[in-house]
Amino acid sequence: MTHRKSLHTIFLYAAVLLFMVLTLAPLFWLFVMSVSDPVALTSKPLQWWPEHLDFSRYEKLLSYKEGGVSEKFLRALQNSLYVSVAATTISMAAAIPAAYSFSRYAGRQGVLYGTVALYMLPSVAFVLPMYLILSSLGMLNNASSLIIVYCTILLPFTTWMLKNNFDQVPLEIEQAACIDGASLLDVIGRITLPLALPALGATALFAFLMAWDEFFYALLYTNDIRAKTLPVTIADFAAGRATDYGLISAVGILASIPPVMIGLLLQRTLVSGLTAGGTKG
Amino acid sequence: MVGFVDHKRGQAWGLLTPMLLIMVGVTAWPLVRTIWLSLTSATIGGDPAQWVGLDNYLEAIVNKDFQKSLGRTLYFTVVSVGLELVFGLMVGLMLNQPFKGRAVARALLVLPWALPTVVNAMMWRLIDAPEYGALNGLLFQSGLIDEYRSWLGDPSIAIEMVILADVWKNYPFVALIVLAALQTVPEDLYEAARLDGAGPWTRFLNVTIPGIFGPLSVAVVLRTIEAFKMFDIVYVMTKGGPADTTKPVSFVVYHEAFSYLRIGSAAAYAILMAFLSACLIAAYVFLLRKQERRA
Amino acid sequence: MRKGKIVLVAAMIAGSMLSLSARAEKTLSALFMAQAAYSEDDVRAMTSEFEKTNPGVKVKLEFVPYDALHDKIIAAHGAGGAGYDVVLFDVVWPAEFASKGFLQDVTKRIAPTDVSKVFSGAWTTVAYKSKYWGMPWILDTKFLYYNTEMLKKAGIAAPPKTWAELEQQAKLIKEKGIVKYPLVWSWAQKEAMICDYTMISAANGGKFFTDGKPSFHVGGSLDAVKYMKNSLDSGITNPNSREYEEEDVRKVFSNGDAAFALNWGYMYNMAKDPKESKVVGKVGMVSAPGVSGKSVASAVNGSMGLGITAKSANTEEAWKYIQHMTAPATQDKYAKLSLPIWKASFNNPIVTQGQEEYVATAAKSLPVMSARPETPSYQELSSILQKQLHSVLLGISTPEAALKTASDAAAKLR
Repeated sequence: MTHRKSLHTIFLYAAVLLFMVLTLAPLFWLFVMSVSDPVALTSKPLQWWPEHLDFSRYEKLLSYKEGGVSEKFLRALQNSLYVSVAATTISMAAAIPAAYSFSRYAGRQGVLYGTVALYMLPSVAFVLPMYLILSSLGMLNNASSLIIVYCTILLPFTTWMLKNNFDQVPLEIEQAACIDGASLLDVIGRITLPLALPALGATALFAFLMAWDEFFYALLYTNDIRAKTLPVTIADFAAGRATDYGLISAVGILASIPPVMIGLLLQRTLVSGLTAGGTKG
Repeated sequence: MVGFVDHKRGQAWGLLTPMLLIMVGVTAWPLVRTIWLSLTSATIGGDPAQWVGLDNYLEAIVNKDFQKSLGRTLYFTVVSVGLELVFGLMVGLMLNQPFKGRAVARALLVLPWALPTVVNAMMWRLIDAPEYGALNGLLFQSGLIDEYRSWLGDPSIAIEMVILADVWKNYPFVALIVLAALQTVPEDLYEAARLDGAGPWTRFLNVTIPGIFGPLSVAVVLRTIEAFKMFDIVYVMTKGGPADTTKPVSFVVYHEAFSYLRIGSAAAYAILMAFLSACLIAAYVFLLRKQERRA
Repeated sequence: MRKGKIVLVAAMIAGSMLSLSARAEKTLSALFMAQAAYSEDDVRAMTSEFEKTNPGVKVKLEFVPYDALHDKIIAAHGAGGAGYDVVLFDVVWPAEFASKGFLQDVTKRIAPTDVSKVFSGAWTTVAYKSKYWGMPWILDTKFLYYNTEMLKKAGIAAPPKTWAELEQQAKLIKEKGIVKYPLVWSWAQKEAMICDYTMISAANGGKFFTDGKPSFHVGGSLDAVKYMKNSLDSGITNPNSREYEEEDVRKVFSNGDAAFALNWGYMYNMAKDPKESKVVGKVGMVSAPGVSGKSVASAVNGSMGLGITAKSANTEEAWKYIQHMTAPATQDKYAKLSLPIWKASFNNPIVTQGQEEYVATAAKSLPVMSARPETPSYQELSSILQKQLHSVLLGISTPEAALKTASDAAAKLR
């Protein structure tokens, strides 16, 4: 018995090690690129660790200098955070009652499917007509317009995920509260949500990452640092004739930090959180 | 699931209001306009639009370029999502086992997934670079290949490299959902199965899979929709090359609208795309229902 | 007396009204490319000079990647007055933009005396159907860069003057084991590949269209594609070229992994920068070769121009801005990243200092710049050509078959 168990353990740790290596290796390389000078990155055979660490790109990006690379990066970071947090919050606020409605009330499934069907349309479909609207309202290059547009991407997704999760929350407790005279909002707020809290965290994280990631709408609807988000700024850095891959890598590493932080924070909710209760889907 | 207040239609609609307000308010006009555009010969600048009925759709269906892109996109979707499913399951199961440092390992899972798509695409483009890339460096220095080779420039393997980049970034999403779902499968079910003499594979098939089926299907459907729509990763990694071998359907729409200025035709392609995506999902849901009925 | 007072008062009122309208600020919206040719800092510096000499006009600048430049101009066109006033456009877009009404015709605004002062190749950048649709601003073409040390090692006295000579020299360098792949190009499935193809085709006397019909599959055009494919088959061209863009070519050359490279002017100064290059002091530059009996040198027009959008509400100010940006005084100051469009500037020491070789070579290449087809459906034409050319280079189809397919497809375009 112990022999089989230790074999099992070895296999498990080997698998875990493999997983960690495969997951971290590309990211490790991204980091190495960000601290190597351009000439070092074109050596054959490839150097896996630079002779001297060059942190100048991080310095360039983080020490605020007007008109420089750091202003672009930090403003873009700011815009991305603002847009992603706001879009996630609004989407969650609208998705929760909607998901509750789809979950607890019969019918209206057509509306749900319609919403998800909208989600299946590529962004290229909507991009030009929406450009026209925003432009005529003078709302281009405006973080708020991005927020509204992102909500339309996040809502189908969050609504559907939350609906599935609310389906897991047992009805009996809600029914009991209702009999006790609780209003609908009370029920949702005091009973359903707390029970589904882990799921809320997970869905919010997914939504945040989707907003954080969005590229094409931002590319077309923003013009300068007042509204440009990180993905667009990253593309700008990579676009030119004189590309410094080290700089792009550094931007990449820095741009991943906020979502990773949020991911780690919500990681615990994630694990306990995507199903609350039963085993049906 | 039938609610206990299903006669309160007003409430039901009321709860939907914020969502409907945003969705309808923002996308209604663009959607209507897109549908209208798809039935005309509209172009940006140039002759005014004329009604052409379903011509755009018919032309789209017989367009060889579109057909090839569709095939490619289906291939990408099925393989990507399939691999994400397999790796997601494996890693999810693995991280559900007790071992030292499990919390750290679980935390690591967030990293690839939290990396912005644009960064991920760029990173893999650099890793796959033919002359100085890390992939070549690694394979060469470990003796697995004789000399450096082109990855993203080789039509026979370029799309697989894009798949690799996509799977690496997205399998943690599935793994996390699996991990979470596994928490809800009661231990007793496993015990009962073990007592019945079921081996690990049988336990997996009869206890684990049914247990996590719901959330897993949600993850798969979501990833399928996303994969079918793929645009950003190709835009940054290959822009459709080499020789069009990584060009997905969304690029056909993009080219029609932005390169050839034929927005009527582009709209038809876009709607066709959404329709095909819906068919894909419908097929999957149909299979799901069959599975559930059997179980 | 009374009349005088009335006139005085009237004059004062008129005067104050004039100054009021002069004080009303106008804002121009200008779209540029991010970090190519002129740097963003350069453009901002040029713009603030303009704002200083034109009080009352402010310019909002936007910088986007080249790939997004076309997309944004398209999207903005539908936006009416709220779009851009001034846009930077590539040499292959005037046909498309002018025929769809995106740009304003500025033929009448250009002083006739200026026409001869600017390189004629520059004018083709902004011309379509005998009208001018903007002012040329970035003047650029591809040059043949070579590693002086490698040529010396191979015993080659002078860089090649014909494409055939280039092939011979490359083979010699390869045989002597100096470098594995002497030639490196930007042959990814993008516009850059068409630039190379256009250059070699023009050198061979090839034409895109003959008598209004596509002629990719015959004459100089076919020869050009065969040349490209042969260089791959004979091993003198780096096979990774099929994945490369201009930056990759620069990196390979600057790393000492190629003997010859065709690239835009910007590479000159970068290859001499020790932070970016390992071949400092070994970089030579000449005009791209010709074909004996057909051409002395070849070049492809890769320039860009500044135009006024059709729907701009500030046409006069926009034109003033363009005039400022393209003025010799402005361009001469920032000539390290992009050469001026004015012939006289090439003799100006401010421009030539530190880059005499570049300026002298450019003076030879610019007059022979060949143009890509001027057709409103250029984007689609280029797509077709790119795909077919790429399939030849990848060994999927033969030059004859692929180019015939391209010609047939091009014939169907409007």
